[in-house]
Amino acid sequence: MKPALAIKGLGLRYGRTWALRDCSLRLPAGSVIALVGPNGAGKSTLLQLITGLLRPTEGTVEVFGQDAGAGSAEALAQVGFVAQEHPLYQGFSVSDLLRMGRGLNLHWDRYLAERRLGELGIPLAKRAGSLSGGQQAQVALALALAKRPALLVLDEPLANLDPIARRDFMRAVMTAVAEDQITVLMSSHVIADLEAVCDWLVLLKDGTVQLAGAIDDVLDGHRMLTGPRTGAEPSMPGLVRVTHSERHIDLLVRTGPDRPDLHPTWRSQPVGLEELILAYLERPRETVR
Amino acid sequence: MFQFRLDGSSGVPAYLQLVQQVRQALLLGYLRSGDQLPTVKEAVASLAINPNTVVKAYRQLENEGMVTARPGQGTFITATIEPVAPGPHARLRRSLEQWVRDAYTAGLDDDMVTAMFATVRTELRAEGVA
Repeated sequence: MKPALAIKGLGLRYGRTWALRDCSLRLPAGSVIALVGPNGAGKSTLLQLITGLLRPTEGTVEVFGQDAGAGSAEALAQVGFVAQEHPLYQGFSVSDLLRMGRGLNLHWDRYLAERRLGELGIPLAKRAGSLSGGQQAQVALALALAKRPALLVLDEPLANLDPIARRDFMRAVMTAVAEDQITVLMSSHVIADLEAVCDWLVLLKDGTVQLAGAIDDVLDGHRMLTGPRTGAEPSMPGLVRVTHSERHIDLLVRTGPDRPDLHPTWRSQPVGLEELILAYLERPRETVR
Repeated sequence: MFQFRLDGSSGVPAYLQLVQQVRQALLLGYLRSGDQLPTVKEAVASLAINPNTVVKAYRQLENEGMVTARPGQGTFITATIEPVAPGPHARLRRSLEQWVRDAYTAGLDDDMVTAMFATVRTELRAEGVA
């Protein structure tokens, strides 16, 4: 299947600092991809390279086969983007924003946007600045979806939203996935909110990709091993994190297709998504560039 | 219409939660052959969940022979699982009741009872019994 996103050797340097480096990913069409990582990991940089807002120092980004790094109108017409804190022109009415969207985009489905906003009870005559945070997020989403994008990119869409607004927002995104088979790439800090929503994971840290894959495969490929503590520092291939207790240790291990044979005193258990992500994020930096 | 629930903190994958809810509802008699499950879009709208997750759950239910997808109509229960037969059911319940009584008498509290049950279940599963 043709990937929604094909990224090869992507890097961006600010002065002498690499914000993102050696990033290569192939993300399947129709999936909902979670982009996670600590602050400063390069998440927003990656999203802005994909949406053509930044030009890469090296490497390429293709969105459904079109070069997005060049910022071409055709490539960008396929991408809907809601930036952090879903900014809107506060003084514009919702219908002004819709008219602006029609003037600025190659494709524009005004009926779709009006229907979505109508279903949510958001009045078109109101100024954006007078809407609640959740409503502003919904307007930003409706504008992004009115382009009829094949790829929807969301940068921290759930930050600053209350739990009900979060749920309503994700419900709108998931309905768009169900109705139009769009691909979604979203960055988030709220790991617990991702599990029911995302089927792919990209974990970014210190400007490099630490882990990428279908969430089911990723969970399947890791085990938590618990066993007695001995004096020796544990070492085994694929070791992600060691947690010491007084008499036992927990090893989070990335296993290959062949599960290692364990001594019978050891227990092997599956790992949850949140624990797995946190383990990778806590891991000390290994290579200094 | 059958309504799904999702518990984000349970650690059970979302698709498996859906599968388990249907299986449980069948065992308890809340779902019967011929009943319709929510369409993918309905489940997505009510749970704010990835449609692929719903599709995956329905596919597994179909593989297990519990439901049939009728194109253009929806997904319907076709299993004829009888709820646990009353005879053995009642007997199991009585012996469990006795066991829990013994546990309380022996000074175990609720957490210890739950832990012991989980340990026994895990060990049996490891032996390939369950």
